[in-house]
Amino acid sequence: MADLSVQIKNLVFRNPVTLASGTCGFGEEMTPFINPDLLGGLFVKGLTIRNREGNPYPRMAETASGMLNAIGLQNKGVDYFIQDILPRIRHYQTHIIPNINGSTVKEYIQVAEKLADLDRIPAIELNISCPNVKAGGMEFGITCPSAFAVTEAIRKVYPKVLIVKLSPNVTHITEIAKAVEDAGADAVSLINTLLGMAINADTRKPVLSTVTGGLSGPAIKPVALRMVWQVYRSVGIPVIGIGGIMNALDAIEFMLAGASVVQVGTASFIDPTVSLKVIQGIEDYLNIHHISRLRDLTGGLITD
Amino acid sequence: MANKVVAQLIVQEITPLAADHFLMRFHSDTGLLPVDAGNFAQLATGDPPAVFLRRPFSIFDADTALSMITFYIKVVGKGTAQLTGQKPGTRLTGLYPLGNSFTIPTNARNALIIAGGSGVAPFLLLSRKLKKQGTHVTFLIGAKNREELVLTDVFQEYGDVETSTEDGSEGFKGLVTEHPILSRKGQLFDQVYSCGPVPMMKAVSRWALKNDIPCELSLENTMACGYGVCLSCVTGTTEGNRCVCTEGPVFNHKLLTWQT
Ligand SMILES: Cc1cc2nc3c(=O)[nH]c(=O)nc-3n(C[C@H](O)[C@H](O)[C@H](O)COP(=O)(O)O)c2cc1C
Repeated sequence: MADLSVQIKNLVFRNPVTLASGTCGFGEEMTPFINPDLLGGLFVKGLTIRNREGNPYPRMAETASGMLNAIGLQNKGVDYFIQDILPRIRHYQTHIIPNINGSTVKEYIQVAEKLADLDRIPAIELNISCPNVKAGGMEFGITCPSAFAVTEAIRKVYPKVLIVKLSPNVTHITEIAKAVEDAGADAVSLINTLLGMAINADTRKPVLSTVTGGLSGPAIKPVALRMVWQVYRSVGIPVIGIGGIMNALDAIEFMLAGASVVQVGTASFIDPTVSLKVIQGIEDYLNIHHISRLRDLTGGLITD
Repeated sequence: MANKVVAQLIVQEITPLAADHFLMRFHSDTGLLPVDAGNFAQLATGDPPAVFLRRPFSIFDADTALSMITFYIKVVGKGTAQLTGQKPGTRLTGLYPLGNSFTIPTNARNALIIAGGSGVAPFLLLSRKLKKQGTHVTFLIGAKNREELVLTDVFQEYGDVETSTEDGSEGFKGLVTEHPILSRKGQLFDQVYSCGPVPMMKAVSRWALKNDIPCELSLENTMACGYGVCLSCVTGTTEGNRCVCTEGPVFNHKLLTWQT
């Protein structure tokens, strides 16, 4: 049987298929449909230092081959996660990786510090790419100095695996990736959603209460693949590929472009069991192509 | 957490009720999970679907013994047009059972169900339960016109049916919330349920508040996942934003802040 395991620093994933933050709740919502123990990992919903109600409804708009969201990081705060949610999910035999957010560097630090000593949390994903919050979020992820500064600040207080999630809403994603690598990130994950908007021509109004929102789904896959490929060639740390993965071949494409791990996001909305099908499909692919170790596939794009 | 599935559903029969209004019955060859009054399903509108996301529909009827499940579908766009154009025998996938259900006070003696347009969808399963426990049901069903006033004969089996149409082509002429029985017999009712357009449900809520009658509303916010992970379909409540897909679709009206 093929070896599907992959590694980021000292963290071994039994397989490369994980669920993207904001698309799998805290894993509990998935358990009526799938056994989370079969996944490589769970990137749970974005956390902030305090409770956030998010943006007003409507905050989702369907598009051709995708959707826009403007949730705005609705969550009950990191303390609620630690006290109320974690005890219910800590028995999952998969990596639970919180996605952390803040409107100031100080808030990011506060959230990271609270998560640092928890035995069931082996890593955090530093989200510097949320397009749906007024303060902070994507602002940190679109210039090199600010991306460097927040990553460096978290690196100082967070000793375990630090993954930084990048925004595609930039001119040169490789520059940002290099900045967070220099600041001590152990891996980068990309892409977060692409800033977009939807208009109702009949009412002449925007569909989303926030006017703009983040585009996800198959519509963004070509952009995501391109960015993963560019970043893979310009940094030395592992890359986690995200964006429009709907099936196993999509995931394989991300690995060929340079991803070590992938995150399945919006696809789960349509089929909450899709991540397990992706794992099965990857195994089939390896068998058909006589590849014994999945990790040998990463960056295997043939360009001559 | 209760069991939910991604089921294969086979189109069995599509019954037109009026222009753009259909009952769509599916069969499941792997058996049907138990469903409760108020639950909904997220259906793929075709294979492949013409739209990216699934579409949520209240479960109109379900028969576990026969493994049949029925939805009331009003065509409002590309997805519902594709769905209602499917041929019998076609397999589609559906997530179900989703959402919470109506509460049914065992001591309720006179229940009032107020439905506007396709808002009748969740009330067959509810009225069956109410009738079974001996609660008398009055239906107040409103529509634009006589042609869109559908299924009244089905509901007649479970209680008294009062109707209204905006153009007066059948029943009371005007909005369902202006129907004279609300002022005439309002005090009789000890439980109200409603589903339909938001302005209608707001009027129902005001009326129930004024008459101090417990009231539950079934909301229809647009949603992506249907099972509580995307957080798109929230409604404002006194306890903050709540997902219509998991903490609803049925809400006690006093909980809603109606900011949406
Ligand atoms: C409804 C929704 C909520 C999201 N919430 C978060 C979040 O809290 N934190 C985050 O880093 N990314 C969030 N994302 C972005 C996803 O994790 C992912 O990066 C993006 O959707 C692209 O992947 P996909 O096309 O597979 O969905 C969210 C996406 C969606 C659709």
